[in-house]
Amino acid sequence: MKLTLRVWRQQNADADGAMSTYEVDGISADMSFLEMLDTLNEELILAGDDPVAFDHDCREGICGACSLVINGGAHGPERTTTCQLHMRSFHDGDTIDIEPWRASAFPVVKDLVVDRSAFDRIIQAGGYVSVPTGAAPEAHATPVPKADADFAFEHAECIGCGACVAACPNGAAMLFTSAKVNHLNVLPQGAPERETRVLDMVAQMDEEGFGGCTLVGECATACPKGIPLFSITGMNKEWLRAGRKAAKR
Amino acid sequence: MTRTMWDSPLGKKTVMAVSGLIMLGYLAVHMLGNLKIFFGEGEFDHYAHWLRTLGEPFLHYEWALWIVRVVLVVAVVAHAVSAYQLSRRDIRARPTKYVHKKPRASYATRTMRWGGIILGLFIVWHILDLTTGTVHANGFQHGHPYQNVIDTFSTWYGNVIYIVAMLALGLHVQHGFWSAAQTLGVGSRTRDRAFKTVANVLAVVLTAGFVAVPVGVMTGVVS
Repeated sequence: MKLTLRVWRQQNADADGAMSTYEVDGISADMSFLEMLDTLNEELILAGDDPVAFDHDCREGICGACSLVINGGAHGPERTTTCQLHMRSFHDGDTIDIEPWRASAFPVVKDLVVDRSAFDRIIQAGGYVSVPTGAAPEAHATPVPKADADFAFEHAECIGCGACVAACPNGAAMLFTSAKVNHLNVLPQGAPERETRVLDMVAQMDEEGFGGCTLVGECATACPKGIPLFSITGMNKEWLRAGRKAAKR
Repeated sequence: MTRTMWDSPLGKKTVMAVSGLIMLGYLAVHMLGNLKIFFGEGEFDHYAHWLRTLGEPFLHYEWALWIVRVVLVVAVVAHAVSAYQLSRRDIRARPTKYVHKKPRASYATRTMRWGGIILGLFIVWHILDLTTGTVHANGFQHGHPYQNVIDTFSTWYGNVIYIVAMLALGLHVQHGFWSAAQTLGVGSRTRDRAFKTVANVLAVVLTAGFVAVPVGVMTGVVS
């Protein structure tokens, strides 16, 4: 396959960026999108140019490191992570636009790499359960109904890649935050911090400068892990409930 | 608590949902009342007069009407201020657009902001036209709403403004009602079809019900 790539190049956080055009040849349909970029970078390095910086780690679709907006879609045209997107989704002669996640809470570090530490701070605000350390408790000591376990697991699938923020026209982190809130709030282990978790995580999310939800639904469409849009509804419910409880105290 | 609620974008969304539902409830009643125009001048004007005596003798003359007006003004202002502040925040959160644009979201979803502005301007014109009569064509007559309505819909611009606004209303309600359900945390996978259906039905029935009046005047059914 011969492809034309239009890639966002930006020297550093303060520099102005622009789209640069590159031609790559000899791309196999079996290559992953990241391997295709590796091919481009090898050519750039051999030519003495600066390779394109992009985030990647496990390349198995489970770590959440890769992060590209491909032809206007977060993680590209398939519903998966960029590392699991293969070149068979494209055709010979295609022009592919590659851009970084766009959100003021995700500033560009270099080229296609953005700083997603805002997500870490949201998790630090309440995306955990406080448990005494020591020997693991007996597994059956805390029964969890099957429906709750399934619900928690569906939301626990979030890998924190940020595709929801990238896809959202408001740069909102509602789907990410709600996935973690729903995951922990439905479980008995998360119950002691149920109210503070949602209030603190939402407050941190706002503090980071993410936008608000207008129920467009782009986030859930882009999510490689299929976190449902109703996750946001669930977080709204938890937030209102926690607010009512806080008002009573 | 009230303060933190208003400071939080989620709290403002809640304000928007509740104020939107209040306005929606009013619109349903307003639309049904409007349809009385098809029963003739006597019944329509009598209904309009009854709105002023509603609640008597417990309430004074026109008090019920003024209570409704105050609630509506509060709802409209709360809805608009929240929308403005939230929109500002949303635009700040995504300062850089993507070079490669994809067609996004439904028409109703994309037009919420502009649709809201159109509706806000329409409300101002509508009150100046048929409540105060300030911009009314052909001489406004207090106490004769039937004639005033016919006057308005006898002008081309009256029909255009009204029908465009009612189409904007339908789109606004279609996305707004469903969104309110999500904001208030009552939506769910199992109830989604029901909420979407109610949103669509409300949008179509409200638009059709309101538009029936200018169409009635234009076709001569109401004269």
